[in-house]
Amino acid sequence: MPHKPPTKEELERRKIVGIHEETVTNVSANDFPMTYPGEDHSWDIEAFKRNFRIEFHQNDPFEASFSLIGCDASIANAFRRIMIADIPTLAVETVFINNNTSVIQDEVLAHRLGLIPFKGGREGLHKFLKWWRRPSDESQINNSYYDFNTVLLRLEVRCEHNEDAAPGETDPTKLYKHAHVYARDIEFCPVGRQSRYFSGDDAIAPVNPDILIAKLRPGQEISLTIHMHKGVGSDHAKFSPVATASYRLMPVIQIERPILGADAEKFARCFPRGVIGLEPVTKEEASREGSGYEGHEGELKAVVVDPMRDTVSRECLRHEEFKGKVKLGRRRDHFIFLVESTGQWESDAIFLEAVAHLKKRAQDLEKQVVNMVR
Amino acid sequence: MAKPKVKKDESATAAEPASDVVMDEAPTSHQPENDDNMSVDPNENGEEGEEGDEIEDEEEEEEEVQRVRLLPGSTPTAASFEFLNEGHTLGNALRPDVEFCAYAIPHPSENKMNVRIQTFEGTTAIEALQKGLRDLQELCDVVTDKFIDARERFVAASAS
Repeated sequence: MPHKPPTKEELERRKIVGIHEETVTNVSANDFPMTYPGEDHSWDIEAFKRNFRIEFHQNDPFEASFSLIGCDASIANAFRRIMIADIPTLAVETVFINNNTSVIQDEVLAHRLGLIPFKGGREGLHKFLKWWRRPSDESQINNSYYDFNTVLLRLEVRCEHNEDAAPGETDPTKLYKHAHVYARDIEFCPVGRQSRYFSGDDAIAPVNPDILIAKLRPGQEISLTIHMHKGVGSDHAKFSPVATASYRLMPVIQIERPILGADAEKFARCFPRGVIGLEPVTKEEASREGSGYEGHEGELKAVVVDPMRDTVSRECLRHEEFKGKVKLGRRRDHFIFLVESTGQWESDAIFLEAVAHLKKRAQDLEKQVVNMVR
Repeated sequence: MAKPKVKKDESATAAEPASDVVMDEAPTSHQPENDDNMSVDPNENGEEGEEGDEIEDEEEEEEEVQRVRLLPGSTPTAASFEFLNEGHTLGNALRPDVEFCAYAIPHPSENKMNVRIQTFEGTTAIEALQKGLRDLQELCDVVTDKFIDARERFVAASAS
């Protein structure tokens, strides 16, 4: 039998992961060579160019959402992993504790400081600042700090009684000065060329000045010197440029047979708001033979409005009245990314950086492979 | 875009412990029975392939350490490669067009990733690997272009 090229519907069907009451079906990708007789499916950059799409849903500095459509999970996952673990940021790495008489222990305090996200001039952060590496000779460590690899911060807070507090005052923040130590109390001390890149709005500062670091009582003191370095998330999560970078597959809801009237309302309630809409059955539909709408003109029917908002809870599959009327699935090659930056990068820039990073890595390894053969 | 038969875990079992890859078990039709040796020596690097080897690349001021090596028992059309400091990110994304391709991370606490490639006649495993790496770079360019386009369209649409 001669091979027939797959129809559009067939190609579409292959892309859908079936989601049933208790099981999932058709889970693995099949668009590679030797899955279907007579079909090629080998990698073709031109075909990829034709089929691959990106759609934006949201693009804010702290949150970007977009869809990669028409790529393999391995690629989408590589981008996600790179965003989380391989894009460098600046974070607190070393804390020199001069004095800490607060109730919070030195190591816990240092850890808390490490997790505070900082922002600063983009050019300085991404271009000027380089890696700091611990010298192999430990005695040379004081010769390893330069303006291009270390950012110096200071935190000097001492809690005292507030003489002006009203008599009988019980609120510690009014009764004492500096009862609460916040991220905004951390002071940036520019060194060398740093003042060129990090001044005014570009100064190194916590993204959120209101992060509570410690609470003090009169007589207690925190005095610290802090070194920040560049690092990557694979070393420590504090270096990760994203709060989350994740993707999910596009939900697919197919209403196979009409869902009408009260059932339609119940059906809509099985989904998050906005996923299912209610529309009146038109005259045209009602007159169509075999559509299932005959004699229902004007009644409300359930229609899929925005499947992207669905959580695929499968609630609709639990009800007897919808049996056989609806099919749920997910589109295997449609990745809805959500990237939340912690503030050192623009969210969309993190993705672009991740793509550039993957390219660089492939490039480097190609050279390595050539070198290996030589 | 997934190309080849990718069966992740299989390579872990097929590739045997770590040091020696047992080749006589290679099951596939396209591989020759006799081991014609590769032009490349499966250099048994005493110190885990770290340091040493050749040094190329003056890119950064630092010397580039050879991070890829061929594991012993490789033939031109069927080879295992060891990548240092690579993991799932690259292993899974790298999909050359071949008879069989798999990657394994033999142990999570070692910074190593092994790639197994078996090619059809007419090409070699090394060529396939190079093509895979080149394809990946091309793909990245396409993704970047499309991303920037999509962002411009979105910004224009939300401005109007």
